[in-house]
Amino acid sequence: MAVKFVRPKIPKFAPDPWAIQFDEQGHLRHLLTIEGLGPQWITRILDTAEGFVSVTDREIKKVPLLRGRTVVNLFFESSTRTRTTFELAAKRLSADVLNLNLATSATKKGESLLDTLRNIEAMQADMFVVRHEQSGAAHFIARHVAPHVSVLNAGDGWHSHPTQALLDAFTIRRHKGDFTPLRVAIVGDIRHSRVARSQMHVLNSLNVGELRVIAPRTLIPTDVEKLGVRVFHDMREGLRDVDVIIMLRLQRERMESGLLPSEEEFYRLYGLTEEKLAWAKDDAIVMHPGPANRGVEIESSVADGPQSVILEQVSNGIGVRMAVMSLCMSANRGDNT
Amino acid sequence: MTPTDRLLPVNEAIDRLEAQIRDSQRRGEFADPLIVGIHTGGVWVADALHRALECRDPLGRLNITFYRDDFHTLGLHPQVSPSDLSVDVDGRDIILVDDVLFTGRTVRAAMNELFDYGRPRRIALAVLYQRDGRELPICADWAGQEVTLGPDEQIHVDGPDPITACLVSSKES
Repeated sequence: MAVKFVRPKIPKFAPDPWAIQFDEQGHLRHLLTIEGLGPQWITRILDTAEGFVSVTDREIKKVPLLRGRTVVNLFFESSTRTRTTFELAAKRLSADVLNLNLATSATKKGESLLDTLRNIEAMQADMFVVRHEQSGAAHFIARHVAPHVSVLNAGDGWHSHPTQALLDAFTIRRHKGDFTPLRVAIVGDIRHSRVARSQMHVLNSLNVGELRVIAPRTLIPTDVEKLGVRVFHDMREGLRDVDVIIMLRLQRERMESGLLPSEEEFYRLYGLTEEKLAWAKDDAIVMHPGPANRGVEIESSVADGPQSVILEQVSNGIGVRMAVMSLCMSANRGDNT
Repeated sequence: MTPTDRLLPVNEAIDRLEAQIRDSQRRGEFADPLIVGIHTGGVWVADALHRALECRDPLGRLNITFYRDDFHTLGLHPQVSPSDLSVDVDGRDIILVDDVLFTGRTVRAAMNELFDYGRPRRIALAVLYQRDGRELPICADWAGQEVTLGPDEQIHVDGPDPITACLVSSKES
């Protein structure tokens, strides 16, 4: 891809590399990563999302909050679920939405990322929703946009996918309430998963009782203990007394790179089957950020079973994204009180 | 409360509201109303009316945060509880209830939200206190008390149990 990408340099004088997410009054302006939000902002986003989820249950699923604003989906990497739920979220807030699939667009013709940005800014966009295969891309864009523009990270490389982690936390909270007594296990390809990284940050911020990761050694990042998790390589041990199981998508290209012997072997050891699910608590919920590979990381009867909340995650994703969009758009708009 | 704050009568105002609505009902209007309170103070007053009038449907609650017209200047107000309107509003007679009618903007927002739930047959407005300062052509069908305030005065309503109301001067607070 011909995008000239410069990994963002975080200035040495900045005490907090995530401070860019807030405006001068301390209001959320960009959502780039879960780090730096703290429990207060996370809880405020989840509380706001409750209101929006109730809107999406109505006959007319639209509120006039962002009428006249323009949201641009900048997707440098393909995505169906994330892009469509961001699009629906913006439309239900009455914003105008522009979808740019830049994986197949001007960037292929050699236009630089910044040139693309300037052009879209000239169309009076108010918010960019960015997905990019490189870690730090949304951060880079946030440092270069005009002062009135907000940037939401819809997934950057292996780094972060904050709205996914927030909607997961929202779904867990709706089913389980308080986080402090909960045991949560994240299963699968932790190492290459921006979703897992963001989930760990969000669950730790909300003071989850115990956070576990279950995966073969090759799919666990080396510094994972620093994120406050317990590492398991065996499903029977890892799932014992667990309240929430989060399955991750196994990306097939990992197999080709030799990190895993075969899909069949992975499924035998780590695929969530009904038999393995029985090792967790009886009322454990099963989550998956999608798209799920049935028969690779999860058995069909589990994905569709009574403990699965996978489709609920998708619906909740719209409400959570509406909350993030309206909170970010309400920052930096004059006299905030 | 400071010594200069003046308490407003609440129970009397609610009784007067109830009496006015019953008058209308005797004339055959709003015989089977759906009562909807506006968060937060309006819900407290609506709850009192709902009990007094013995309505068959559950009380509706509107949180107009997503319909306010000051989002561009003030941003998103912190959430209280979401709207809760479990009864179909199509073809219904709705009594919309708020604590204080001031500029009229809250009522406008509430009506916009109501229409996103369906098409009521009619909407009437009941407020505990109707004060001066309207910025929109909206007035209450029933008001517990009419109040004229000085330029720096406001009505503060607290609740839910008991509901209290007082005149507060912003100069002194």
